Formats: sequence, structure tokens, C-alpha cells
Amino acid sequence: MYLRRYFPVFCLLFLVILVQLGLAALKLEFYMTQLTMSAYYTLVALGLTLLMGYAGQVSMGHGGFFAIGGYAAAVLATVGFASWVSLPAAILITGLVALLIGIPVLRLRGHYLAMATLAFGIIVLRILLGTNLFGGADGLSDIPAFRLFAGLAITGRKALRVQNYYIAWGLVLVGLLTGINLVHSRVGRALRAIHGNEDAAAAMGVDVARFKLATFVLSALYAGVGGACLAFFNGGIGPGEAGVMKSVRYVALVAAGGMGSLWGTLAVSTALTFLSLRGAFGVYDDAVFGAILVGIMLFAPEGVFSLLARRNRPGNAQ
Amino acid sequence: MSRALLEVNSLHRWFGGLHVIDEVSFSCRAGIVKAIIGPNGAGKTTLFNLIAGSLAPASGSILFDGRPTGGLPPHQIARRGISRTFQATRLFPRMSVLENVMVGRHVRTRGGFMASMIGPALMGPGEKRAREACLAVLDELGAADLAGRDAASLAFGRQRVVEIARALASEPRLLLLDEPACGLNPAETEDMGALIGRIRDRGITVLIVEHDMSLVMGISDEVLVLSAGRRIAEGAPRDVQADPQVVAVYLGEADA
Amino acid sequence: MRATQLLQYLLAGIATGSVYAVVAIGFTVVYNATGIINFAQGEFLMLGGMIAISLAPVMPLPAAIAVAVLATGAAGVLLQIVFLSWLKNPAVLRMIIITIGLSILVREAGLHIWDEKVHALPFFSGDETSSLAVLGARISPQVLWVLVISACMVVGLTLFFRSTLLGKAMRACASNPTAARLCGIRASTVVTLSFFLAAAMGALAGCAVSPLTQTQYDMGSSLAVKGFTCAVLGGLGSVPAAVAAGLVVGVLETASVSVLPLAYKDVVALGILLLILVLKPQGLFARRPVAQARAGG
Repeated sequence: MYLRRYFPVFCLLFLVILVQLGLAALKLEFYMTQLTMSAYYTLVALGLTLLMGYAGQVSMGHGGFFAIGGYAAAVLATVGFASWVSLPAAILITGLVALLIGIPVLRLRGHYLAMATLAFGIIVLRILLGTNLFGGADGLSDIPAFRLFAGLAITGRKALRVQNYYIAWGLVLVGLLTGINLVHSRVGRALRAIHGNEDAAAAMGVDVARFKLATFVLSALYAGVGGACLAFFNGGIGPGEAGVMKSVRYVALVAAGGMGSLWGTLAVSTALTFLSLRGAFGVYDDAVFGAILVGIMLFAPEGVFSLLARRNRPGNAQ
Repeated sequence: MSRALLEVNSLHRWFGGLHVIDEVSFSCRAGIVKAIIGPNGAGKTTLFNLIAGSLAPASGSILFDGRPTGGLPPHQIARRGISRTFQATRLFPRMSVLENVMVGRHVRTRGGFMASMIGPALMGPGEKRAREACLAVLDELGAADLAGRDAASLAFGRQRVVEIARALASEPRLLLLDEPACGLNPAETEDMGALIGRIRDRGITVLIVEHDMSLVMGISDEVLVLSAGRRIAEGAPRDVQADPQVVAVYLGEADA
Repeated sequence: MRATQLLQYLLAGIATGSVYAVVAIGFTVVYNATGIINFAQGEFLMLGGMIAISLAPVMPLPAAIAVAVLATGAAGVLLQIVFLSWLKNPAVLRMIIITIGLSILVREAGLHIWDEKVHALPFFSGDETSSLAVLGARISPQVLWVLVISACMVVGLTLFFRSTLLGKAMRACASNPTAARLCGIRASTVVTLSFFLAAAMGALAGCAVSPLTQTQYDMGSSLAVKGFTCAVLGGLGSVPAAVAAGLVVGVLETASVSVLPLAYKDVVALGILLLILVLKPQGLFARRPVAQARAGG
């Protein structure tokens, strides 16, 4: 049982290493930058999968948490805090905001929850745009590197490209692992129960409000980590990360991946984010994601992989 | 047993202007099957919801094992040892039968988010024990072969059995069954009666809301009759059946 | 602050608010007919404005606006028929995502058919320098146009719902779809009509407000959120309540400029939305609790 569960993780690790070696061999190292960035965006999508796919709560504002993580890290690092303080502090701040927002907002359901989270994202965007500390429309740049130890650092410098690729994908693997563990645990079952029927779940002893909140905060933490690390990697961050389009993209990725599928989300998110970053969609970038949203929800609500493998019970628990 | 397992005192509840539970008091000793009957609209399911915590009483008290539970949320009441089923089965969709029952065991298992994320190293043994316990419950109910099936795909009667298994997985002291025979044919109803008897024989107190009189008369040790939110009669099945007030409420000057 | 300044804020706020009210009405009409919150509602204002702006050089302004309104109404109908009509009892989450996706597609279509620049319709009367004196305050005549047009739309819609057979049929459908169907009212007609109305009204409002606030391809999403705020404030079922809520939000938002930096103006409406959703999701004016979307799932 454990073998079946974790074997794909080893496969992914193997694939990550293979890709890096392959790119080095083919002298195509420049792809690694976008792959690294894709990893950080995928981290957000993974967290959102837990929230939307398992707990069944929609969030149209996860770009906001990504931005909070990134900006918090940026401000703290620029102001002079050592990076080993800035990163954890940024993640903590993201978690706190998620907690504060989550407590009132998670009492809502359906459309109301969607709108409330959408409003949250836009509020974050407006605050970032309107405040000098955050650099307004230009965002923040010249963020110092995040030094880990022994020369390891999260930074955009070419020399450390390979390192950063592994750091990023290492984080994704950790996120994936913890997600898989969560999903297969009693917590994961409780979340799926909440998604299935909240009242019955409560009758079985599940503290629905607490679980929803915890999942919300956890998914925000995933996003915060992604945002903070990307800020260090890029050396900068812009207010667009909190925008509606970004938040909607994450939803599109989770939906296309199969809503409750960590692996599906991983595959779809990596592929599409990478293509988007490479400019493959050109000026139609946003339109592509809008089309994906509509297309998936109309024709393949269980995710794009359900089209490939028409089983009787799509969306099996991972 | 000096103290009743469940004690309800002067319970009141309104829905808007409707007095749905009107000065209801009764008690239930441990180890029996007690049926709550009454015409439609008598407030039976409302009473259940009050005991199970999905509704809060306007006034009055509910004591379980001597401790008040009125106003507590459902998940805390479940933790105290009260389990329930629903009138329209509410199995969790997109989950297998075994997974459904394992959710039922939630209060008997430990491990929050942090522990769960760390994974099988911490959670493994507990998961294994929970799994075995749940399979045992299913086995006792004759449904072990259904363990891997998708809960939503089961026949109606089997779904009911699974829901009872789910409620039993938490090893409750009091089990609330909401119309367990609803929608069952006579043969299935008989099986249900036998099942309820077996549950009682295991030491679990069972409170059931039911319309099917054969089941009620056959299996209950005590019966409580409600009508229009009020307690009309309470006692052994035969006595209640003969009570003229009860007869009137069902047949004659029904004012429900 | 001085009385004239107050009046200025009030009038400007009412003008802004009436636009929000129209968006809110659009949400309400569609919600009543279908149980769906159509996130693309804000885009109809953009479409109406943009189409009119393109047509204005080649035909008289009223004609351009009329065509824009009809075209946008048709677009709304098209959206409903092509994307939404054949879904049977979809889950709420699915509907949310579809309409958000649709709003993005409409927005991007706007970007690619026109461009990312800011455009504006010419002022209906006078130009950007004209101003009227109203009780000591000076406002642009366009503000009055916005108020009058919005008021006419609201009155017209109320009369339609109350006095015409079709309007009554729509109300019947909203309150009891099964009974309405049994009376021979085709739900699909009602649904399509509701989308047409919501889109057409949005387009007209978009045209009316274009000289004042300009039209840009991405104006739809913040309008949608603010309009939804007002719809929720009004209880998501009642047109008059949505209007009242729209005016309240518009005035509050405009007045907030005097205490908050301009950049945070949007935050006011959004903050109100969050507060309402958290404290009283059934709205300030609703008489009975609002049902969640009727789509099962």
C-alpha cells in the first residue's frame, strides 16, 4: 500500500533529476529558470487542491496569499533582516492573514465564499498598488538573495541556477509528500467527508469549522512559501501576483487537474505554467486560462485526465 | 442503574411561531431500545436533532450521563458518545464504504494536521487499528464484502446498513436511529429489527424514531409518544398501544 | 464639510451608485430566474460601451447606443444558450467557475477586438467642460443623464415585472419553477429573457457612464464585485433593494475619498462586501433568508 502511494513520488524525483541532467547535456539550461518558477507557482496550486478538491471550499483569491508571502519576504529582506528571518516571518505573516480572513469568511458557502475570497484578493491588490512601502505599480526589486548555508542560496544568479532548480522542486516534492500524507490520513478523510456532507461529518465528530480553517490556512501557507521563495529567486515581485487573473489561473489549474487530484494538478500546473512563462500563448495568455476554465467545467468537470481514462469512478482519492 | 443515561427535562423549541417541542420530558435508561413514535409533524426528528446537537433548545435541559449537552455542537456531542443516522441516508459520496465507516471512527482516532502531514511513521499503527475496527463492525453487520464499494452505488437497503455501521464505528453509548425502516420491505424490516436487537445486546442504548409499528412493537423495550410537540404517553409498548390518548391521536381527534 | 461639497459628493456618489445598482439588478434578475450568479455581468457594461464607441463615428449617438444595447443583449443570450443552457443541475462550484471563465473570455475578447486603451463615448449633451448648477453644486450634465437613464431602467423593469404578462411569468418562474412550468411557462424562455435584460441594461448603463468614467477592456471585474456587493446588500432577490444598496455603496465610496487616499477607494466597496457577507449574508433589506443557488450538486 505504501509502495503504491509513494512510488510516484520517487518517480517524480527521478524525473526532476533526469530533466536537469538532460537540459545540462543538451546545453538548454536556460529552461531551468522557467521550470524553477513553475515549481513555485505549482506549489500554490497544490495547496489550493487540498482546499478546493478535498475540503471543497473555493478560493478566488489565492494570488493574494502568494503576494503577501512574496511582499513580506521582500520588505523584510530589503529593510535589512537576515534572510533566515525574512522567509519564515513572511510565511508566518501569510498564515496569520489567512487565519484572520478565514475565521469569518469560511462561514460562507458557494457564491458568497467565492465572492468574498475574490474581494480579498482585490483588496490585497489595491493595498499593494496604493502603498509606497510596497512600491506601488512597480512592485519591489533588488531583493537580496536568501542565503541558506554553505553557498546555497535562493537567487536568480545564473551560477546557482541548478541549485535553485533543485531547491524549488525539492519544495514541491515536500509539499506533494505532505499533501499525500494528509489526504490518506484521518484528516484527509474528514475533509472529504466535509466536502461530501457537512452535517453528516459533524455528526461523526468532525469539527467542521476548525478543519475548514486549518485547510484554508495550510493552503495559504503553501502559497506564501511559493511567493516568498519566488521573490528571492526573481529578486523582485510585482502587484500583479495578487490580481484576479492570477488567482483565477490557480483555480483553472486545479480544476483542469481534476479538482481533487494532487498529481493531476502537478502535471497540469507545471505544463501550463511553463508554457505560459515561455510565452507560448503570446497575447492570448489570459484568454487561454479563461478558455480552460470554461472548457474543463463544461466538458470535463472531473479534470482533463478523466477524458483520457473513462473509469466509472473518476476522481479517485489519491 | 440509578441514573438514566439520557434525561430530557422541559424541553422547548420554536420554529418561527410554531411551538415544535412543547414541554417534553422523558428519560432513557441504559441498555434498552426506546422508540419515539407519533403522527407526522409531532416533532420526532426535531427531538432527535435537539439531542444530537444540530439544533439548540430554546429552554429546558438535556443530560447525557449526567452532563448537560443542550446547545453543544454536533461534533462535541458525538465525542461524548452519541451517534446518529439520518432519515435520508447521508453517506459520503465519492468515498468507499470502508472510508465512510472510518470517518465514523473519527472520535476514536487521534492525529491532527501536523501529525497527518508527517505521515505513516506517526499515523500508521493508528490507521491500521482503525481499519481493523471498522472492518469488524462491517463484518458484524454482514456488510464486510461491501468494504471497497463506492458508497453511493449501493442499493438503498444496504446503504442504511452502512450508515448504521458508520454510526457504530465510534463505539457510542447511545445510538439515534432516524426511521431505520423507512423505505425497507417487510423482509428487510425484520432484518433491521434483528440488527437493532443485536446492537442493544452489545450494551448500546438505542433511541429510534419510527413509523413502522411492527418494528416498534417487536423490538422496543419502551415507547414514547409525541403529538404536536407534546409528550402524550410513555411506557412499555403494550401499555402505550392501549392508551386511549394515543389511540385518539392516531385515529380519532387528531389535532397534529 | 461645506454643504455644496457634501451635495457634490452625494450627486457624484448617486451617479456611481446607480451604475452599481444596474449591475446589481443584472445579477438579481439572472439569479431569480436561474439561481446562478453570473460573474460575467460586469463585462456587459464594457461591451455596451465599446460597441457604442466604435459605432459613434458612423451614426448618430442615440442610434449607436441602441445598436450597442441590442448587440450586447444578443451577446448575453448567446452566452447563455451556448454555454449554460444545456447543463443539467450543475454543482454550484462548477457554475461559479464557468461564469468566471466566461467573464475572462469576454474580457479578453474585448481586449483583442478593441485594445487595452481607455476610450470614451462623447458626452450626451455638452462636453467635458459643461456643468450645471444644482442647488449650489456644479455637476456635469452627464451625471444627470446617468441618473435619469438608470431611473428609467429601474422603473421600466419594475413595470415590466408587475404589469406585463411576460414579466409576471418571470416572477412566477422565480418563486416556484415547477408550478410555473405546470402553468405552461417555458423556463428556458424566461432564462434567456433574463440574460437579455441583464445584458441590455448593463450595456445601456455602460454607455451612459462612459463619458464620465471611460471604458476600458478590464473594467468589468471590479464592477462585477461591487455590483455583487450591492446585490447581496439588497438581499439578492429584490430589485428595489438592489437599487437602494447601489446608491448607498456609491455614496459611501465617493465620500471615502475625503478620508482615505484615492488609491484605496475600491477597497471601500470591497470592505463593505466582506462585512455584509460575514455579518448578514441575507442582506440588509431582505425580509427572508436568501436560499443558496438552486443548482443541486
